[in-house]
Amino acid sequence: MSLQSKLESGQFAISCEFGPLKGTDTTEIKENIEVLKGKVDAANVTDQQSSVMRLGALVTSYLAASGGLEPIFQVTCRDRNRIALQSDLLSAWVLGIRNVLALTGDLPQLGDHPQAKGVFDLDSVTLLKAISRLNEGYDIVGNELQGKPAFFPGAVVKVDSDTEASTELQIAKMERKIAAGAKFFQTQAVYDIDNFAKFMKRVEKFGVPVMAGVIPLKNAGMARYMNSSVAGVYVPDELIKKMADAPKEERAKTGIGIAADFIKQAKSLCQGVHIMAIGWEKRVPEIIEAAGL
Amino acid sequence: MIVSEQKPLEEILGYLEGEKSVFILGCNGCAQSSGSGGPVQVTEMKQKLEEAGKKVTGTKVIDFLCEKALVKSALRGRIEEIKAADSVLVLTCGIGIQAVAAALNKVVHPGCNTVNMGGSRGEWEGSERCGECGQCLLEYTGGICPVTACTKSLVSGACGGASNGKCEISPDRDCGWELIYKRLKERGRLDMLKVDLEALDHGKLAPRPEMMSTSRYALEQSDQEVKEQ
Repeated sequence: MSLQSKLESGQFAISCEFGPLKGTDTTEIKENIEVLKGKVDAANVTDQQSSVMRLGALVTSYLAASGGLEPIFQVTCRDRNRIALQSDLLSAWVLGIRNVLALTGDLPQLGDHPQAKGVFDLDSVTLLKAISRLNEGYDIVGNELQGKPAFFPGAVVKVDSDTEASTELQIAKMERKIAAGAKFFQTQAVYDIDNFAKFMKRVEKFGVPVMAGVIPLKNAGMARYMNSSVAGVYVPDELIKKMADAPKEERAKTGIGIAADFIKQAKSLCQGVHIMAIGWEKRVPEIIEAAGL
Repeated sequence: MIVSEQKPLEEILGYLEGEKSVFILGCNGCAQSSGSGGPVQVTEMKQKLEEAGKKVTGTKVIDFLCEKALVKSALRGRIEEIKAADSVLVLTCGIGIQAVAAALNKVVHPGCNTVNMGGSRGEWEGSERCGECGQCLLEYTGGICPVTACTKSLVSGACGGASNGKCEISPDRDCGWELIYKRLKERGRLDMLKVDLEALDHGKLAPRPEMMSTSRYALEQSDQEVKEQ
């Protein structure tokens, strides 16, 4: 069953994500596809994640689709103007890609090519509008298409914000994204179930499926790093302590256990889970199993 | 105002390689305010170049190097010194350097880099910036420009990269959208966050064809007329 059918029929959906590497070696991509297919409903394919140049998300999504793993083609506005974005979307549809995740993208200055010009001709909201227009059979300036796609467009939202302004801006933007055509949301990683419940209470009235973001912790250092350096990620102290107290050989198991516990609790609050394993892609089935999904 | 900064001395000496003598020009306008090409910097440059073994045939600081007619009239009495030099080093913005290169039949070296100010045009530097986008959105953003206050020039709201109200690019830079949020809240206009704005029209953001490479100064015009006569 496709991700779209699953979310539209109200079933709990599972997605994960993996990114292409720098270079033309697709061995790991193919290994990930083999491990993940049949275990998740869909997998995000990241688009030059963290502004680091790599193999493209379009071709990697195509490899996933043809290998039996439904891709969610991530599209950022950092590297392409509206002409290239629309063209790549049409290409994606022709290549059998059905899900698109619209993102603004990180600044190039944060990646490995800080000299690059950040494009940002469109942003996540106006890109969603473009996708909706393409689905209707027109480009964004109103020219008719010969043959139109029927994408299932998604977007992202941050659950934990550190300021009132940031929280309110996230919700306001979520509404703008929905108005622009977003049909599902994946969240930034969440660890505090109470915060997540509060967030869901505010957004459930929008009636758009939300997939809770989960990043399994590998060690306490990773948790501390995310707290200090990753916007919108908040790992509670008790979880950091749990990771720090775990003996080295038990750490992975502890991190996976924390992720599984969160998924179990989140299941009644939202419509799906999005597992960002960051290098642990091959352990995603283990997390799903531990969560009893 | 246009902000410029002096190029590293090694770069300037590289330009002057193979030349023995140079005439130095500075500007009393923006370059003086920038500390890159006023009287003080021109004197300092003369000293540095002499230390490096160059002969400085003369120096001159003009009020506005960006105005070709002014450049010509101000240099009328200095022609011999300029002629005696292999080249002219100009310490000012990119416009001034181009104006001098157009006004003098001489090899002209740039002594400064012109810095992108991210939209500041006022004489008195405040925090407000204008992106000259031709589609002013200040009505919807509490009077704070999203084109210049947001690092990504986002018109649809914050990107989610901010931490503690600061932009992901630097802890010293405020998130423009958080500033907009606070202003809108203060003025009771949070409803503006729901207004559906179109993507920026970059056709309007580019300078209009008639604004490119032309000047609307009457003086420039009269200079042309003098040439034609």
